[in-house]
Amino acid sequence: MRNSLFIIIILLAASCKKDNYAAPGTSFKGRITYQGEAVNVSHGEVFFELWESGWGKRTPINVAVAQDGSFSSLLFDGTYQLVLPKGQGPYLTLPDAASHTDTTLLQLKGDRNMDIEVLPYYMIRNAKVSANGRQVAVTCKLEKIITDARAKNVERIMLYVNRTQFVDGINNIATQSMNGGDIQDPGNIALQVNVPAVNPVQASVFVRVGVKIEGVEDMIFSPVIEQKL
Amino acid sequence: MRTYGFYILLMLTLFGCVKSNDDFLNRAPSNILLDEQVWKDEVLVLSVIANLYDRYPDYQTIENWSEFAAFDEAFASESGQYGRHKNQQYSYGAWGFWDYGYIRELNLFIEKCGKANQLKPETRERFLAEARYLRANVYFELVKRMGGVPLVLEPLTYDYKGDPGALQRPRQKESEIYDFVIKEMDAVMPALPDDANIKSRATKGLVLATKARAALYAASIAKYGATTPQVSLPGGEVGIPASMADGYYKAALAAAQQLINSGRYALYNKKPDNLSENFAALFYDKGGNSEVIFVKDFKLQSGKVEEWTLVNQPRSLAEEQQGGRLNPSLNLVQSFEKLDNTFAPYATNAAGGDYIYYDKPEDMFAGRDARLAGTVILPGTEFKSRKVDIWAGYILKDGSIVTANNFGGQAVVGGNRIQVVGFDGPIDNLEFSAQTGFYVRKYQDPAVGSGRIGTKSEVWWVRYRYAEVLLNAAEAAFELGDKNTAAGYLNQVRARAGLTTPLAAGEVTFDRIVHERKVELAFEGHQLWDMKRWRLAHVVWDGLAADLTTHPESARSASTRVFGLLPYRIYSPGTPQDGKWVFKKVIPSNVTSAHQFRLGNYYSFIGDDIRNNNPLVIKNPNQ
Repeated sequence: MRNSLFIIIILLAASCKKDNYAAPGTSFKGRITYQGEAVNVSHGEVFFELWESGWGKRTPINVAVAQDGSFSSLLFDGTYQLVLPKGQGPYLTLPDAASHTDTTLLQLKGDRNMDIEVLPYYMIRNAKVSANGRQVAVTCKLEKIITDARAKNVERIMLYVNRTQFVDGINNIATQSMNGGDIQDPGNIALQVNVPAVNPVQASVFVRVGVKIEGVEDMIFSPVIEQKL
Repeated sequence: MRTYGFYILLMLTLFGCVKSNDDFLNRAPSNILLDEQVWKDEVLVLSVIANLYDRYPDYQTIENWSEFAAFDEAFASESGQYGRHKNQQYSYGAWGFWDYGYIRELNLFIEKCGKANQLKPETRERFLAEARYLRANVYFELVKRMGGVPLVLEPLTYDYKGDPGALQRPRQKESEIYDFVIKEMDAVMPALPDDANIKSRATKGLVLATKARAALYAASIAKYGATTPQVSLPGGEVGIPASMADGYYKAALAAAQQLINSGRYALYNKKPDNLSENFAALFYDKGGNSEVIFVKDFKLQSGKVEEWTLVNQPRSLAEEQQGGRLNPSLNLVQSFEKLDNTFAPYATNAAGGDYIYYDKPEDMFAGRDARLAGTVILPGTEFKSRKVDIWAGYILKDGSIVTANNFGGQAVVGGNRIQVVGFDGPIDNLEFSAQTGFYVRKYQDPAVGSGRIGTKSEVWWVRYRYAEVLLNAAEAAFELGDKNTAAGYLNQVRARAGLTTPLAAGEVTFDRIVHERKVELAFEGHQLWDMKRWRLAHVVWDGLAADLTTHPESARSASTRVFGLLPYRIYSPGTPQDGKWVFKKVIPSNVTSAHQFRLGNYYSFIGDDIRNNNPLVIKNPNQ
């Protein structure tokens, strides 16, 4: 009786090895870029898909793009297909040079750093923040990147202020908007907003400007700027 | 020796079991009914189809109160549901539906019923038509939520040969599913009874109403889908070409007019002296209700009861220590127009900034559409013949507010300890209190005991009613350019609401149609589908934290957060204002985010597991 118990324990201990895989350890990092410059987006709004064939079920690994356009994912070595889904992100995707489709073949053998080049509708340049008391003012330049038949108009420009470094339509304590039609000079856009008192008091706030493009859901942003009040 | 004896005994036992005894392995089961037993007995077939009726899919219903707080119609006054007002985005999977198990059982029913030659032919035809109606209705529900889906019209059986390819069907075009629904309605109509007294089974009236609704949905997706070209798929699984709009509008109008001209149904008007009470009674009066076409019915003491009144009864008159969950929003309440057919937000403050003083709280809402008080329990009005107690506190001479944080709480005012807040609240962040200043009235059961856990209510859930058919006809006629006809149908519905000045043909606009459906059909589960088919959802729920609109008449006014309107009493002895009422527009503290309906929400996400099992099913756009 005692023997059989012993055997069962041995069996239980031995069988553990079979279903213990090593954790994925290959890092895949990079940024969504336009001509080498990162495309800034909302927190948790934009993602792309990685597909790995050879498994029973086909389910994509969704890789979230961070606010500053960067992404990182821990994966197993292997061959992946990278897909930027249509309608995701404030940009048009460039067809893959090799396959001429929306799918890029991605070989992972050890850590890899790769920027994904896209074609944004607009870019926000030279965002500068200043503060006067609790009023935060921003100036920036809006550059239209796509000017051909695929061009789209600006629906509105938004100034967002938040107490943490996450600043977008969901995470903000103060906003100011300007309709696309009210933009006099895209080369010189100025917005200001009064920041409400925050409790507990903090010395600085985080600011960025976003542009909403007509018919495109995800907004494109300037980098986050920390501003002392 | 002992072991031998044991083995002999064991063998004897085993042989005893397998001895030729047909009865032992071949007994009729006593806990299930077999096909051959069911399909010769009308009563048993009825109980099979009753089960299929019971699985009719709904999204917002009186059995699922919190879903009514998903958008801007109401605030959910229950701690566990505050999250609805803190989430900005809806998940892509929200409102998803993919019940091919139900479709299979309907297909099996249709197949077996077709062969059931022991039933009387007319009975069999009726059952068959009912099952086909239910099947078409599931496809209608699927296409509303997911776009075009695989159309499976026979029970599929897997042959276990390792290749399920024969079972995999691609998604049909969105228009093809609508066409199927419309065609099925024509096909099943002759076998169904033409009897307006049948409310919980399929009738000719129901078939016409469904046909009108489906054709209208298809038409508006074709017409307004043109404004959101991103919400479409190249194969037509999502999106209907604009050129098909007219045909669908004509089909919708024809079906609605066939029902209207049949004269079988009429607007409910048993209580013409009190139009608000009349409108409320339309939903709970189950005796000879001329307006209701199709319901999910309930019955007391049968186990099939619903608890809408239990969860929503005014807290001050509640029969249990609960109620008051669904609080209609000021967004909805201000949409009810004035009796002269004009719109106005509620006036809380005069031009100079001082409050506007009212003698009684209900004076604020006087002179509005009768449906307002029929849909919403307003401060100062009655439910179950008792007055509700909705007031948020006293405002003193210096403008300070005295209130309490429990139902009917007391505080010292002017030297005396008195009640300073209503027994219904509103108290911010206190569940079951009227946190927007309102309780819901529609579907609330005035019967004694309806609010008790041990009794509950047998008020039915109305899925189709005549007023919606009139509004469908009006919308279709309007879109076809026939504003006179549209005005005629709209005015019938409006006259019953006390809006006796008829709209002229020239006054009928798209915004009017949108508005009329909003106020007539609030809390009836139409809002999401209407906003989707007009492609207004991403416009109205745009994710921006804007203030409450001052243009409730405009279909495109944003309405992303729910607002409230709280009544206060003035405590200022010796002044003329003493004892009068003022109102403050508020936003409940639990409403922290503005709803954002994304383009990917127009058609729900089809799960990875579904697309894995059937790679022919393609993904919906913008997700």
